Amino acid sequence: MGFLLAALTGALAFLLAYGAVSLSAALFLGLETRLIAALPLLAGALFGPLAALAAPRKAALGPYLPFAGAGAMLGAFLPGALGAGPGPGALAGAAGGALLVYGLRELALFPPTRETYERLALRGLRAVGFGVFVFAVAFPFWAMFVASLKPRAEFLANPADLSLPLEVFRAGLLPGLEKLFEGYRAVLFEYRFLRYIANTAFVSGVTTLLTLFFSVLGAYAVARLDFPGRRLMERAVLLTYMFPAIVLAIPLYVVFTLIGLRDTLGGLIVVYLAQTLPVALYMLRSYFETIPRSLEEAGMIDGCSRFEVIWRVTLPLSLPALASVGLYVFMIAWNEFLFAFMFLDTPEIFTLSRGMVALNSQEVPYQYLMAGAVIVTVPIMILFFWFEKYLVGGLTAGGVKG
Amino acid sequence: MRPRSLKAREARLAFLMLFPTFFVVVLIVIFPVVADFWIAFKNIKLGDLRPPRAVVVERIKARPKAPGDRMVVAYRVENRSPNPIAETRFSDRIPPGLTPLELPPECRMQGGALSCRLAGPKPGTRKEIVLVFRAEAAYFESGRPNPRASRPEVETRAPNPILAKPFTLENFARVFRDPDFVPMLKVTLAYTVFGTGLSILLGLFAAQLLAVRFAGRNLFRGLFLFPYVAPVIAVAFVWVFLLDPFAGTVNALLLQYGLVSGPIPFLSQRVWPLELFGLRLELPLALTMVILFEGWRYFPFAFLFILARMQAMPKELFEAAKVDGAGIWATFRYVTLPQLAGILATLFLLRFIWTFNKFDDVFLLTGGAAGTETITIKVYDYAFARADLGQGAALAVVLFLILALFLALYFRYAPRGEV
Repeated sequence: MGFLLAALTGALAFLLAYGAVSLSAALFLGLETRLIAALPLLAGALFGPLAALAAPRKAALGPYLPFAGAGAMLGAFLPGALGAGPGPGALAGAAGGALLVYGLRELALFPPTRETYERLALRGLRAVGFGVFVFAVAFPFWAMFVASLKPRAEFLANPADLSLPLEVFRAGLLPGLEKLFEGYRAVLFEYRFLRYIANTAFVSGVTTLLTLFFSVLGAYAVARLDFPGRRLMERAVLLTYMFPAIVLAIPLYVVFTLIGLRDTLGGLIVVYLAQTLPVALYMLRSYFETIPRSLEEAGMIDGCSRFEVIWRVTLPLSLPALASVGLYVFMIAWNEFLFAFMFLDTPEIFTLSRGMVALNSQEVPYQYLMAGAVIVTVPIMILFFWFEKYLVGGLTAGGVKG
Repeated sequence: MRPRSLKAREARLAFLMLFPTFFVVVLIVIFPVVADFWIAFKNIKLGDLRPPRAVVVERIKARPKAPGDRMVVAYRVENRSPNPIAETRFSDRIPPGLTPLELPPECRMQGGALSCRLAGPKPGTRKEIVLVFRAEAAYFESGRPNPRASRPEVETRAPNPILAKPFTLENFARVFRDPDFVPMLKVTLAYTVFGTGLSILLGLFAAQLLAVRFAGRNLFRGLFLFPYVAPVIAVAFVWVFLLDPFAGTVNALLLQYGLVSGPIPFLSQRVWPLELFGLRLELPLALTMVILFEGWRYFPFAFLFILARMQAMPKELFEAAKVDGAGIWATFRYVTLPQLAGILATLFLLRFIWTFNKFDDVFLLTGGAAGTETITIKVYDYAFARADLGQGAALAVVLFLILALFLALYFRYAPRGEV
C-alpha cells in the first residue's frame, strides 16, 4: 500500500515538474516544447517507491540532492518527453525528484494512516496551488512587458514565445536598447503619452491633496466632536461607497455638458473627490479614534486652538494612516477609467486611461499597446512596493472599492 | 461660558468641517441619482444636450444695375433641430446707400443696422424674410459693397429640451420590451454570482497558502495583490492580447501542445460546444472568460481580508484540535472555516454588490459582445452608443432599484464590525 502511494506521488510529482518546465521553456525560452505525459508518469512511478524507502524521517536537505541528481540524469537521457533537448529535460527531472522528496518526507508510509493521506493531499495542493497562483498572477505582467519589446513581425513568428528578445544586443548596446524600447519611444513621443502622464499625475495629485485635506477635517469632526446625526453620517458614507458609477454617469454627463465642465480636468477631479472622500473620511475616523484624547486635551490646555491641535498633535500621530489614505486615493484616481473615458474629448487633457483607449482605437500593433500598458502600470507598482505596508493597511481598513 | 452654548458651538464647528465632504457627495452622488429618475421619465436624446439654434442664411435675389434700381435681400431662418425655438433674433449691417422700401413687420432699420425678431421657426422648418431696398447713387459711389460681406449675428431663445420635454413612461416601456432584457438579467446574474464566488474561493485558497510562516511570505503577499492594484485598462488589454485568436499566446500554446485543432476566439464567441462523457454541453465561452477575469482580478481583495482574519485567530483552538486528534481537513472544516464565516459572508455581499455594479472590466474585455452584455454595459449602450439618454437613465433606475434591494439585505444581514 505504501509503495503504491509512493508510486502515485512520484508519478504526479514528475508530471507536475515536467509540465511546469515544458511550459516555462516554451514561454520564457521560446523553445517549441511538447509534453508526452506517459514518460514522466512512468519515471515518477519508478522513482516513488525508491524515494519511499529512502524518505527522511526528519526535515533535512540531504535526501533532496541524490534524488534531484538522479532525476536530472534520468531527465537528461529522456529528452523525448519534452521534445526539447537534454537541458530542460534534466531540469524537469531534477525538479521532479525534489518535488517527490518534498511530498514524501516525514510521512508514515508503512502502513499509511489517515494523516498520511491528508498530509500528502495537502502537500500536493500546496505545490500545485503555489505554482498556479504565482504563474497566473505574474504571467500577464511578464507578457505585457515582453510584448512591449517585440515588433509585430517578430511576435507573429511564434506568439507562444515570450522570451526576452536579447538578440537585439548583437548590434551593440545602444542600438540594441533603441530597438528594444522602440515601442516606448513611439508611445511616449508620437502618441503623446508623455503629456498623458503629466495629466494623470496632476489629476491624481490634486485629488489626493484635496481629499486628504477635506477628509482630515471631516474625520476629525466625526471622531472628536459631538453633533446630532453622527451615526447617520456613517451610514451615508457606506452607502455612497456602493453606488454604481454608471448610474451617476448619465446625469453627470448631462449636467457637466450643460455647464461646460465635462471636457475639463477640473470636472474629473470633482468626480474623483466624491468617489474617494467618503471612504477616506471613514478610514481616517477609525484611526483618529485610536489616538488618546488626552494628548489633544494637553495641547488645548497649553493654549493651542482646535486647528493648531489637529496640525501639531493629531496629524503627526496619524502619518501612517495619512500615507495609507493618500496612496489609496492616488491609486483610485490614477486607475480610474469610466469617467475619464466618458468625459474627455480633447487629446491635450487625456489621462492615461483615456489615452490608452485612444491608442487602442488607432489600430496600433500590440507592441505599442503593451508599452502603453506598462507605462500606466509601472508608477502604481513602484508606489505599491515602496509603501506596501501602508497600502495593505489602507486596503484592509477601507476595503478599496474596485 | 455656559455649557449649552459650548455644545452648540461644537456642533457648528463639526458641520463646518464636514461641509466640503457633504457638499461634494450631495452634488456628485445624491443629486445624480435624483436626476436619473427625472431623465428616465423624459424622452431625451444625446443631441438634446446642445440647445437648438436657428441658422440664418442671407441671399441676394436681385442686384441693382443703376441708381434707383432695387436690391432684394432674403434671410432664410432655419431650425434644423428636432426641438422648438421660442424666438430668433438676428442683426446685420446693411451697406450705406440702400434705403428700405418694404420692411416686413419682424424687422427694423436703424442707421445701417438691421435687426429682426421672429417667433420660431418650428422644428425642422424654415421661414424667409425678404427685404427690398432702393439703391441710391451713394451706393454706387462707395463701390457697390455686397450686403453679404457682413454675416448676420444670430441669437436664439429656446427652452432647454431637457427641462421642456414632457414626462413620459415611454423609456421604461422600451426597456422592458427590449427582447434583450431577460437575457441581459440572466447574464448579469451569472456574471455576478460566479465572478463573486470564484474570486472568494480563489482568495480563500491563496490565503491558506500564505497562512503558514515561511521565508519570503511578504513578497508573495505583495505579488498576489498585483492584479488588484494594477490599472484595469492595462490588465484588461493584456488579457485581450493573450487571448487573441491569431496573435495570442494562449492559443499558440494550445496549438503547440496539440490540445486544440484551431484557434479559439475566447472573447468573441458566444458558446463553445463541449463533449463531456457523451453529453453535449454548451459552454458560454466569452462569459466564462469574463468571469475568469473577474476571479483573477479580485481574488486579492478576498485574500487580503481572509489572511488578516486568519492571522488574528487564537492559536489555542488549533492546539486543542490537534490534541483532540483532528486531522488537517477536520481542523480546516471545524476550526478555521467557522471563524471565517463572518468575513466570508461580508465579502460575498460586498463583492456581489460591486461586481453587480461593475462596468469597466466587461466593457474593456468584450465591449458587451458575444453574450456578455451585463446591465451596466446595456446602460452605456442605450445612453451613449445609441444616443438615447432617457432610455439609458430608465435602465439605470432599474439597476438602482435592484441595488437598493441588495443594499437593504446588506444592512440587514451584514455582521457588525466587519469591513
